[in-house]
Amino acid sequence: MMPAIILVVSLAALLQFFVSYCRSIIAASVKQPLSAEVRDVTGISRAASGEDFLRVVQLLQLCPARPQDRGEIRAVDAYFRLLSFLQSALGRIVPALVSWTDAERGQCTYFAAVTLERRIAFSRDLLAQQMST
Amino acid sequence: MPGPFDYSIWILCILLEASVVVCSLLRRSFRRYFTLNLYMLASLATGVGRYVVLARSGLNSDEYTYFYYYSDAILTICLYFALMGLYSFVLEELGAATYVRTFSMLLLAGTALFSYGVIHQSENRMLTLYVFELSQNLYFVGLVLTYLLWGAVLKLRETRARVIQFILSLGVYFSLYAANYALDNIYPNLNYIWVHLPQLISTLLPIAWCFAFLRFSEDARLAPARLAVIPR
Repeated sequence: MMPAIILVVSLAALLQFFVSYCRSIIAASVKQPLSAEVRDVTGISRAASGEDFLRVVQLLQLCPARPQDRGEIRAVDAYFRLLSFLQSALGRIVPALVSWTDAERGQCTYFAAVTLERRIAFSRDLLAQQMST
Repeated sequence: MPGPFDYSIWILCILLEASVVVCSLLRRSFRRYFTLNLYMLASLATGVGRYVVLARSGLNSDEYTYFYYYSDAILTICLYFALMGLYSFVLEELGAATYVRTFSMLLLAGTALFSYGVIHQSENRMLTLYVFELSQNLYFVGLVLTYLLWGAVLKLRETRARVIQFILSLGVYFSLYAANYALDNIYPNLNYIWVHLPQLISTLLPIAWCFAFLRFSEDARLAPARLAVIPR
């Protein structure tokens, strides 16, 4: 009985900590504006939509990876999958959840676009260094 | 004997723990986050120590078993102090550092006594059982304390991005460990999974702390209301 209670409490806490952790990663990038170039490439004109997330991640994979952003992309990718699962599993029962998960999925896409912007800048720096040597 | 996978995770973990200390030194935050660095150094020393004992005595030796469980208990206590360090950060403006220290000592003593109470009827390998029980209980107490700390962060509107990242990653770490211990108790026949999972879990904390040191400066701020699962 006791291990079962500990398991339930641990999993509930894990879910809450994981969601908050991912939101803290995303929140750090929300204030960064996207350049017109990245907006064109990603197709994000005004608000980012969750539907674009996978496409932006595919674009991300085309750029050389920055070692420091691999972990955060994996965490946000897992968060996006969790949101998609919640939306498809509970969306019909709890309609309010759909608008919340939509907004969150949009933030995930915006985060991926900001990371793409950083990777493009990183690639340009790499190229510039190679050209100068 | 451990296979290539176990050794790879072991080495990765040692490297990541060393990276946390290096990152905090590079960011000139070693003294500020001393308890976190102390835990990483203790974990690093334990990883190396376990390898030496394993190479010398073998996996099934009493030396390795004792060393493993005692070092695990010491590490859990170090992590507990790291958590108390984070409490001091969050509550420093309230001037509650002395109360936090007293409370943490009492809780540690209470957990030790409770663990003794659970195993005192067992006659065989009582000390090893005690250390195992103490670690298991401290992980759950750690989880509850981290949850309370997160509540305090939201209530006191703590905005320091690094502190928030440290607390949340610690929460994920404690939750995973506590869930793993609980699953081990519920499904002991799947022991081969519950024995290997902690190795993977143990890499998460140094990765997250490294990231927090590298990605956020000491001045970086986050709005805590944005991080609550239920918007405040």
